[in-house]
Amino acid sequence: MKVKVISRSTDEFTRERSQDLQRVFRNFDPNLRTQEKAVEYVRALNAAKLDKIFARPFIGAMDGHVDSVSCMAKNPNYLKGIFSGSMDGDIRLWDVASRRTVCQFPGHQGPVRGLAVSTDGQILVSCGIDSTVRLWNVPVATLGESDGTHENSAKPLAVYVWKNAFWAVDHQWDGELFATAGAQVDIWNQNRSQPISSFEWGTDTVISLKFNPGEPNVLATSGSDRSITLYDLRMSSPTRKIIMRTKTNAISWNPMEPMNFTAANEDCNCYSYDARKLEEAKCVHKDHVSAVMDIDYSPTGREFVTGSYDRTVRIFQYNGGHSREVYHTKRMQRSQPISSFQWGTDTVIAGIFNPGERNVLATSGSERSVTLYDLHMSSPTGKIIMGVI
Amino acid sequence: MEVKQEAGAPEKIKPPTKLEDSGELEIRIKKYLRGDGANLEALQDKKLRGQLTVREKLYGKSAEAAAKAEKWLMPSEGGFLEAEGIEKTWRIRQESIAREVDISSSRNQYDIVLPDLGPYTLDFTSSGRYMAAAGRKGHLAVVDMKNLSLIKEIQVRETVRDVVFLHNELFFAAAQKKYPYIYNRDGIELHCLKEHGAVLKLQFLKNHFLLASINKFGQLHYQDVTTGGMVGNFRTGLGRTDVMQVNPFNGVVALGHSGGTVTMWKPTSSAPLVKMLCHRGPVAALAFHPNGHIMATSGKERKIKIWDLRKFEVLQTLPGHANTLDFSHKGLLAAATGSFVQISGNFSESQSYSRYMTHSMAKGYQIKKLLFRPYEDVLGIAHSMGWSSILIPGSGEPNFDSWVANPFETSKQRREKEVRSLLDKLPPETIMLDPSKIGTMKPPSRKQKPTKQERESEMEAAVAAVKDMPIKKKTKGRSKPSKSAKKKQDIIVRTKRPFLEQQMKEEEALSRKKQKASEEAELPKSLQRFARKKAT
Repeated sequence: MKVKVISRSTDEFTRERSQDLQRVFRNFDPNLRTQEKAVEYVRALNAAKLDKIFARPFIGAMDGHVDSVSCMAKNPNYLKGIFSGSMDGDIRLWDVASRRTVCQFPGHQGPVRGLAVSTDGQILVSCGIDSTVRLWNVPVATLGESDGTHENSAKPLAVYVWKNAFWAVDHQWDGELFATAGAQVDIWNQNRSQPISSFEWGTDTVISLKFNPGEPNVLATSGSDRSITLYDLRMSSPTRKIIMRTKTNAISWNPMEPMNFTAANEDCNCYSYDARKLEEAKCVHKDHVSAVMDIDYSPTGREFVTGSYDRTVRIFQYNGGHSREVYHTKRMQRSQPISSFQWGTDTVIAGIFNPGERNVLATSGSERSVTLYDLHMSSPTGKIIMGVI
Repeated sequence: MEVKQEAGAPEKIKPPTKLEDSGELEIRIKKYLRGDGANLEALQDKKLRGQLTVREKLYGKSAEAAAKAEKWLMPSEGGFLEAEGIEKTWRIRQESIAREVDISSSRNQYDIVLPDLGPYTLDFTSSGRYMAAAGRKGHLAVVDMKNLSLIKEIQVRETVRDVVFLHNELFFAAAQKKYPYIYNRDGIELHCLKEHGAVLKLQFLKNHFLLASINKFGQLHYQDVTTGGMVGNFRTGLGRTDVMQVNPFNGVVALGHSGGTVTMWKPTSSAPLVKMLCHRGPVAALAFHPNGHIMATSGKERKIKIWDLRKFEVLQTLPGHANTLDFSHKGLLAAATGSFVQISGNFSESQSYSRYMTHSMAKGYQIKKLLFRPYEDVLGIAHSMGWSSILIPGSGEPNFDSWVANPFETSKQRREKEVRSLLDKLPPETIMLDPSKIGTMKPPSRKQKPTKQERESEMEAAVAAVKDMPIKKKTKGRSKPSKSAKKKQDIIVRTKRPFLEQQMKEEEALSRKKQKASEEAELPKSLQRFARKKAT
């Protein structure tokens, strides 16, 4: 007869010296592990719970503005600095790491409605209710500036006065042109004191506008006649217009898929459209309970952030579903409505900054400060005090 | 008799042919795929289909890697026993096996004789390293099987009917005369579980940390040993029984009753999941195959039946008595009656069990419990004069997984494992007959209400079916045309009646709802909080 019995020698299965690692043997047979699916379900549930327990997204707030902050802009080449403009005409450049004002740009006589930075990071364009467009030189960051003890104020590079108040401004990607929204859409060149052309479709005011990052000549605007209009600078008239049931407060293009844009609407939803096919929305993002005031895409193109009149900031995924995270604090306020428009928050994603390589979200609203949040709620901020569970 | 020693250099290594290789690998890969892939043809969304195709490919790759690792990287090979010539495997005795194997394996064959302290019962930890033995007259012992050294023994001076380890060797529960008690490895009594009553059999569900017990009055109790809360207690209603087993695949507890029925229970429902009539006489023993689909039961009418649990059908009936049954990890079935043990296995392609080995103990030893030792080719026999252990080649799983059960565990590893298994503790609601239902979509339960058009068309169809039926003509002047017309009308009205009644009912319900809503709306604002709220 042939016989063999399982016999394991202790030497083969245990370590030789105490400095060695313990030996680990694996057998992937599914029969050894019973109820795998239930175990995976429980593990996923526990992981989500731990994530929520360790959520500490608030990083800090940058105080300094006297009146509520109405708009923000980021410099694409220098992500440590954020520009913010307030309702009393005060524009500031902030250093996010030290949370201080680096430079002030006084000059506007009334609320600053729009801020935009050119792609090379040299010029800041601002527009306001006082029907002026001001161009400023962005100060180059030097090492000595990060202590922020002295707050410089800069003089404008140019001031262009025009006929009516402006609602929004945006700068073309990799170009010299910028566009303003007001009674109509005006296209300006940085060096000319008058708009080089203007577009008009209907008699209603244009509330917001955004240039397409992938196609520098394409522009999307939203008007107070509940419309979203697409313009092409190379043509002499606007190209497409859709009219929705309620007004769109802000539009943002997806930087990774530049043919898609998302519109933040008054009816608490955000609608994602493909610019080539405007008949139906690709996706409706529903989660807010009040009008969505502003929207911005993350540089990865995978998610976007929205701020709404219900005092919350939500982060959505680009292709649908409910919001992944909500930020709200007691300090977030909304101010009283001024004439016919209302304020919520104006949001910008500032990007990565050191230390810790966090992804940071900067929001501002009528609480007169720019608040910084961590995009990953439960990432460790300092030394881990508890051991690994 | 040829002898194959594993300790020496391998004698003949034949590289497998290519064809054999791929066929074998396919079978292995199938085992690791855990079911069929998803049907992606039905998806409309191209992006989602692309993402899922990539994921399915990854699953295929990981299954292939696991199959290759199983083939080439496993440290141990399984045992076997092959007879030569006219020899039969069931005639081979333990002494002849002991002569062929190495010394360390032959140490696993022994008899421990403790005649004074009553019939014994035993339990192993999941790694097979520690054993708890309990004699009926109150002897409790914990033994380290690797060194065959006694860790602790205590005498509780009471009847002990059953003993079971909890999640590791530090804790064990003993079913004593009035209540079950939980002891430490050092013999310190930790808990007295008064709610269970006089327990006949104990079982521990490892994934859920539940201690299940059946007592003298036929009551089934489930207690969570981490929090101490009683999760469920049910009256089985079928009388006193001491046949209880846990199905390791899905965590269901099966009881065998004196009427020949086997009932299966879960902690969240007071009625059994399944009630099957297995035997003509009382059920004497029960055992589950580790894959969860095969169950063996034995009845007092001298039959051992092997059941397929997916279809609840008998696969095979074996003749013979069996007071105790156990399946090994590799699917060998051990049955014992009196002082005789018989081990059967399914070696042929068909699923039928045939005799593999037998063993007779000294006459007068009444075997009370059989238990295969995990990850070893050893069968533990607990009998009226103590306990014994014999070698059954091919019964144990040769390769263990350190993260599942490690026979060479150090105390640090044991502590880590305890914390991790507590984090992975499953809630008692996950116990169900088919554990793969978790994570699937709930099927649409209610049919949609038929729309008005559908209802009307149904009614018309019913009327049309009835209209064409000819009415019997009566004789002797009783079939006047007016009467037959009236009868036709009656038939049509009768078929329409149920539809109209349903319509009326729905309209009534709607109007009642409207009334209620309007009532609440009429309330002045200050009284609105007293309005009747809908029950949630």
